[in-house]
Amino acid sequence: MPQIFQRGANLVPLKIALIIGAFATCAMGAVWMYFTPKYTKVGYQPAQPIPFSHKVHSGQLGIDCRYCHSFAETAAHSNLPSSQVCMSCHSQVQKDNPKLEPLRQAWASGKGVEWVQIHKTPDYAYFNHSVHINRGVSCVTCHGRVDQMDVVYQAKSLTMEFCVDCHRKPEMELRPLDKVTDLGWKAPTDSTELAALLGKKPEDLKLKAGAKLSPTNAQEIMGNHFKVQRGVHPPDSNCAGCHR
Amino acid sequence: MASAAHNTSEDGIVVLHCPPELAKIPLVNDNKSLAWITENVASICEEKTRRYWWIAFFFFSPIALLVPTLLAYQVGNGVGVWGENQPFGWAWDITNFVFWIGIGHAGTLISAILFLTRQKWRTSINRAAEAMTLFAVMCAGLYPGFHVGRFWKAWFLFPIPNWNAIWQNYRSPLLWDVFAVSTYFTVSVLFWYVGLIPDLATLRDRAKGTIKRVAYGIAALGWRGGNRHWQHYEMAYLILAGLSTPLVLSVHSIVSFDFATSVIPGWHTTIFPPYFVAGAIFGGFAMVLTLLLPARLFYPQLDKMMTRNHVDKMAKIILLTGSIVGYAYLMELFVALVYAGNFYEYNAFYNRATGWYAWHYYAMMTCNVIIPQFFWFKSIRHNYIWVFIICQFVNAGMWFERFVIIGTTLAQDFLPSSWGHYTPSWVEVLTFVGTFGMFITLFLLFMRFLPMITIFEVKAVTPQADPHHHPEGEHAPETLKEAH
Repeated sequence: MPQIFQRGANLVPLKIALIIGAFATCAMGAVWMYFTPKYTKVGYQPAQPIPFSHKVHSGQLGIDCRYCHSFAETAAHSNLPSSQVCMSCHSQVQKDNPKLEPLRQAWASGKGVEWVQIHKTPDYAYFNHSVHINRGVSCVTCHGRVDQMDVVYQAKSLTMEFCVDCHRKPEMELRPLDKVTDLGWKAPTDSTELAALLGKKPEDLKLKAGAKLSPTNAQEIMGNHFKVQRGVHPPDSNCAGCHR
Repeated sequence: MASAAHNTSEDGIVVLHCPPELAKIPLVNDNKSLAWITENVASICEEKTRRYWWIAFFFFSPIALLVPTLLAYQVGNGVGVWGENQPFGWAWDITNFVFWIGIGHAGTLISAILFLTRQKWRTSINRAAEAMTLFAVMCAGLYPGFHVGRFWKAWFLFPIPNWNAIWQNYRSPLLWDVFAVSTYFTVSVLFWYVGLIPDLATLRDRAKGTIKRVAYGIAALGWRGGNRHWQHYEMAYLILAGLSTPLVLSVHSIVSFDFATSVIPGWHTTIFPPYFVAGAIFGGFAMVLTLLLPARLFYPQLDKMMTRNHVDKMAKIILLTGSIVGYAYLMELFVALVYAGNFYEYNAFYNRATGWYAWHYYAMMTCNVIIPQFFWFKSIRHNYIWVFIICQFVNAGMWFERFVIIGTTLAQDFLPSSWGHYTPSWVEVLTFVGTFGMFITLFLLFMRFLPMITIFEVKAVTPQADPHHHPEGEHAPETLKEAH
């Protein structure tokens, strides 16, 4: 009876194992890269009815976020401005600009402009917008540098990991309450300045006067101070804290 | 063989004969030759498929199709199509999980523990029992997987980095269960497959068609039966037996921790691990006999290798483990009703015996404690029909035991305001029926395509494989000679 398998067949299992191994590694890498919200969600920039530029309004003109998003620090759900708010300026400024036609129509009909929502919290996660603002979490933490965006896009992954990272280490995102809407603001890296900001002397923070700190270190020292001062203890391991 | 105790031969040598009750019972009847064993085991895979096999296959395989159908229905409609709800979070699904996983234990006990303790009678039943283990664990694994409700998220059970930044809760016995069962399945598959390799090579060498030769040839991994091959084989098999042995005890202990580490009355007891393990072996042996006794009807030649002696020994193990289980039931009752002095514990057991599910409790007691006691009688152990009937009671009894533990406790725990009834939905009932179809269909396929008896191991336990063996006529094997 002739042999079914030739000598070369001894190498076939090894070859198969190598091919499967290589394929599995590529597949895992691909899933790791492309199947996560970091890839699928970040950069989401839908076409809006009006190409409203935050860069112009917030960045160049310096209008405070809360002028338009007026409930951001008082309500569980932050709002988009009504067309009246827009028209409080645009009835005078750029009042004949054809790009603003949808706004004028909305204002006339009283129905509102139908903006496309970008930042969504899922139904099964409880999220209170005002609590975060009032503890000194800046807009930039979740929304990115909106003041530099022509048309807003999603800048952060907003996954559960994103939430939980901050809930486990909130000091990295806390800042003075009057700097919450100042998106470019960073903790001062000079120890004297930092201590003054917290109403202390450098020695109180166990720092030398005039010492230079790394931005991360400065943020951590400042954030820890605010964490204690404001009693910040977000749910970090209790599922029911957010999934109520 | 001579029945007299002493004979004097012609040359004045006194020949001492064993009294018949001390003579070794042969493991292969009728002193069959080695070639006969190979021929008759391998022929099951080689002959034309018998009509009985087709009838059984066409009866059970449509039942098996209920499983994917109803699980797809459950995934499509949500876990609510099963009848469980608060406070009955665990019901038929976990009952069936524990039932199936328990059945597997007999296979591992036969293949690993009886191997390490040199119980030679295991050789003719271990392959089939191990196959049964694998199929039972497959049936078991379905339940917790689909019980989570969102099957596609079941991978959360494994410690894989994820964008939810959550890590598995290693304090939960439910997670230990995931590792226990997946380890059990992996080791069982390896053990079974390693044991199959020499026999697959036998089938390859005997195979007629090209497809069969290639298929068995791939599966046999180039086994040529050389000295080195056997040396490696023996070592690998011994190591795997060593790995499997603790699993016989650990897997069902961990399953029992699902209950025992909670604080619910009726579950929170230290007796659970040994009692679950004994129950698993008890139910598992009943299932081994449930499969093997009818298999002997299909293939009468198996009768020579799976003898009355084998059935007798398995019946004795059922009797032993059944008595351990009975002791555990009574000890639970004693502790709860007399000894503990805990009102809720007392109440849990009082409700078991008198509550809504009392008839399950009495069914369990009858099937698991009373009926196996018939195995004290040799005449019943040696009657295949009675053995088969008693095994069916044990199978049913072990299912009732799991439902009694899960159901009565969840139905009536601390506060009457949180008590609740449970009735299985048609989906649950048919899924359970389907797992039986799946289990038996897989076993039928196994019988048809793989040697269901370990050919080379059975050969090794025949008298003629013994180096001290002398063919009939020269010296009788059971005879001792003493010179005077």
